[in-house]
Amino acid sequence: MAAGSIQGIAVPNTAITDAPRHSALVRVTHWITTLAFLALLLTGVEILISHPRFYWGETGNINTTPLFQFHIPASRATVPTGYGYVLPDQNGWSRYLHFQSAWVLVLTGLLYVLFGFFSGHFRRNLVPDPAGLSAKSLSATIARDLHLRPAREEDAWSYNALQRLTYLLVIFILFPLVIWTGLAMSPAVASAFPGAVSTLGGQQSARTIHFFVTVLLTLFLLVHVVMVFLAGFWTRMRAMITGRPATGEERA
Amino acid sequence: MSNLSRRKLITAGLVTAGGASGLAVAATLARRYGLIPPDSGGLYGPGETLTYAAQRLLTRHSLAREFSPEQISKPPFANSVDPLGDEFKRHQDAGFAGWRLTVDGMVARPASFSIAELKSFPRRSQITHLACEEGWSYIAEWIGVPLSHVLDVVGALPQARYVVYRSIQSEWWESIDMADALHPQTYVAHGMNGGELPVPFGGPLRLRVPRQLGYKSVKYIRRLTVTDSLKPFGKGLGSASPEGGYAWYAGI
Repeated sequence: MAAGSIQGIAVPNTAITDAPRHSALVRVTHWITTLAFLALLLTGVEILISHPRFYWGETGNINTTPLFQFHIPASRATVPTGYGYVLPDQNGWSRYLHFQSAWVLVLTGLLYVLFGFFSGHFRRNLVPDPAGLSAKSLSATIARDLHLRPAREEDAWSYNALQRLTYLLVIFILFPLVIWTGLAMSPAVASAFPGAVSTLGGQQSARTIHFFVTVLLTLFLLVHVVMVFLAGFWTRMRAMITGRPATGEERA
Repeated sequence: MSNLSRRKLITAGLVTAGGASGLAVAATLARRYGLIPPDSGGLYGPGETLTYAAQRLLTRHSLAREFSPEQISKPPFANSVDPLGDEFKRHQDAGFAGWRLTVDGMVARPASFSIAELKSFPRRSQITHLACEEGWSYIAEWIGVPLSHVLDVVGALPQARYVVYRSIQSEWWESIDMADALHPQTYVAHGMNGGELPVPFGGPLRLRVPRQLGYKSVKYIRRLTVTDSLKPFGKGLGSASPEGGYAWYAGI
């Protein structure tokens, strides 16, 4: 294990050597994923507006009781919204862009995950050090986050245990789940892999879970952006764009 | 330094040339095996092509999930239908006795069938899920004759690649490839839930394509055209859907 993987060492050896904070592959896949996710989110909201009701099980329509619904105007006149008007239909391009962005996200994600396993990125940068997982250590990290204190210098070079757990949750639980529930809504995929639908409880359950996982991913995005601002917007942005948290002069 | 950049340049050139020729080979193979959808041009063409190609490779012969009679939605949801014209009303008043399904194009024996003739063909039924692109769905029993049987009767030619089908509502026309046209669950449906096919659900005749979204199951069909190319139909994008901004292939 490289010294760089151990949480709490003031400046890991990655800072001493010339290696970038984030490898080029991590930086490129990060920004492609960002664009694809934003496109999926926007078009997903547009698609939701055509039927802002959610159900559980295999079926659901305006003749059945929804699990819950949003009291917003819809882009279809058949939905009983209580509003006297119908929003413009944006589903055509939204669906085209949603599925194209999904392909970008899935292919980029596959590349990233393969790289992550083979390069040691996951082992080195994302698997938390057992010491950092103690209740004491985690609560100290949370306290540092909640007190909104500026980040320490070493935090620019390594993730703390809480960050590592969050990133692992997003990469290995939430993204696979949102892809699975999305595919489970496809009638052709359901015909080839019926178990992928029945284990979720049905196609309407898949749609509902897809929505909630999207909510969690969006919450992650918001907290992630807030933390980047609190930690120092430009150092973090520079690290994810050029690979280096600080400019040459600052480092010297 | 100049050596290094020359090496980089050569490598980049080779990778680009290799990638481009790889793509060209892939495109040729995809065209030969019918993996390119008719709406593959334009901004969203790459995503549509990936979806269609992937699903044709993975789901060509898969069967749509079938459900038990207890799972039939009561009541189902018919969606709204554009006003049906005078011609339809005349047919309806006559009990659809004069309604005919014309089959033409690349067939050995072009023909036109009455509802009674279609009902004398082998009768099949399926209890399947119908999902709308908006997000709602229902389960119903569909009764009809497999489209593959109708194509056998008229003698579809071996070079046939698509079947175009048209509603009495001129704005509704669609097409499917032979994988779906010859699929055992694709019916010319004339019945539903044990009875006649109600008009709001597409009676007297609806093409039922259970492995695609509801908009491919066109209501009030009266003409089928077997063809090896979709170029001559409408704007050449395959069906009315891409002309209205929606994907031709709706197996998602």
